[in-house]
Amino acid sequence: MAVKILAETLLSIRHIAKRFGDNTVLDDLSLDVHKGEVIVVVGPSGCGKSTLLRCINALEPIQAGEILLDGEPIKPDGKNITELRQKVGMVFQSYDLFPHLSVLDNIVLAPRKVQKRAKAEAEAEALTLLERVGLKDKAASYPRELSGGQKQRVAIVRALCMHPEMLLFDEVTAALDPEMVREVLDVILKLATQGRTMLIVTHEMQFARAIADRVIFLDGGNILENTPPEIFFTNPQTERARQFLNMFEFAAVKHHAPAED
Amino acid sequence: MAVLDWEVIQQYLPLYQEAAWLTVRLGVAGIIFAILIGLICAIVQYFKVPALRQIAAVYIEISRNTPLLVQLFFIFYGLPKIGIPTNATVCGIAGLAFLGGSYMAEAFRSGLEAIPAIQTESALSLGLSRAQTMRYVILPQAASISVPPFIANVIFLLKETSVFSAISLMDLMFTAKDLIGLYYKTTECLFLLVVFYLLILLPISILGSLLERRLRHAGFGA
Ligand SMILES: Nc1ncnc2c1ncn2[C@@H]1O[C@H](COP(=O)(O)OP(=O)(O)OP(=O)(O)O)[C@@H](O)[C@H]1O
Ligand SMILES: [Mg+2]
Repeated sequence: MAVKILAETLLSIRHIAKRFGDNTVLDDLSLDVHKGEVIVVVGPSGCGKSTLLRCINALEPIQAGEILLDGEPIKPDGKNITELRQKVGMVFQSYDLFPHLSVLDNIVLAPRKVQKRAKAEAEAEALTLLERVGLKDKAASYPRELSGGQKQRVAIVRALCMHPEMLLFDEVTAALDPEMVREVLDVILKLATQGRTMLIVTHEMQFARAIADRVIFLDGGNILENTPPEIFFTNPQTERARQFLNMFEFAAVKHHAPAED
Repeated sequence: MAVLDWEVIQQYLPLYQEAAWLTVRLGVAGIIFAILIGLICAIVQYFKVPALRQIAAVYIEISRNTPLLVQLFFIFYGLPKIGIPTNATVCGIAGLAFLGGSYMAEAFRSGLEAIPAIQTESALSLGLSRAQTMRYVILPQAASISVPPFIANVIFLLKETSVFSAISLMDLMFTAKDLIGLYYKTTECLFLLVVFYLLILLPISILGSLLERRLRHAGFGA
């Protein structure tokens, strides 16, 4: 992947600490995300990847430090929090579509109620976006009528329809059957080529390698590696990252080994 | 040999109609207040509002663990003793609201708590305010889950109105007991009593199951 000329900083995470009671999950963590950059966050289970994304979207309060988006601090109780959240789209692992609304209504709810956009205009955009992910014919369906992969593509469209400046993906393929992973990752890859700013948590290492401008390795509450994928995957700087990657190679070998029964 | 004397029945019919109308009026009024109390308690508990939430919890325990008859006596004979004048009608409605509030609270709360946190989170992450999240995402889903227990509560509360006779409200139960005491036409009186309760409760019950079937058909669930 060609090296992008780094544009201005969009998101700036400065010395944040996140604790749940006595459990310190993020400890003096700092990270800058530039416009157009795709950052993949990896790390062992429970290292705080989801927590980091949730802090960025102010779904979790932080105990120290600050998070700035376009220079404005993000705080759960801040008075402009709904404006800031609109600038950050988030897609979760699963179950985040609203089951009582059709696909189209899922997508246009926030554009209409939050951004006060006209029904016709919002729906037209929703349909265009649905078409791009191959789901235009599902506009009137309900989430329960969709496969896991289709649901996740709708969730991505729903986030996009708010015109966010940045997208957060938290293991959006982790709950999917293997044959559906591809269709969702393809959508995200396409977004990367459009120059979207994204912060992606994933366990799909091939995908991470293909899409990332930078890989962040999170462990023990902090960022241990912050390098381009070519370096991270071939020559990680820390022992912990090496162990982590080894584990994945082992898992991959196991995964592809023929069944023994 | 006729089991029932239809002349007697015809004679009593207007009295029962009158009584049924009173039962329905008091029942509906009590249930409306019960819904309001239930909504407030459920929301206060859902949002874990300090102090109010504990008050709601204490109220719910008292309300659920004492019989309506005792609650009615307390309101009817107790309140005037501490200088609050009251009458039978107000007592009946207040008693039913006091009892029903806790049952409605539990019905609404079970609906609210059945909605996974991720629904709130994805609504918030789209930029919806807390109020909008409640209105467009949580309440519609919670409401459909609360329908079956809600209907069950309505039927339960309407049946409970039969203890109103204890504070001399001339409801169905009172009328039946009164007439039996006066004229000993026990069979006809009880027959009418059953028929009138069924006339009130069956339509609600049927409507309830229709609604439940519709909701099941709509089949939420991711
Ligand atoms: N709401 C919460 N209350 C208490 N502890 C929490 C809460 N959410 C997360 N944690 C703790 O924070 C730590 C980080 O959790 P997090 O979900 O961010 O990990 P993760 O890196 O996303 O893991 P995974 O790869 O399994 O998704 C864990 O130890 C977890 O137990
Ligand atoms: Mg996670």
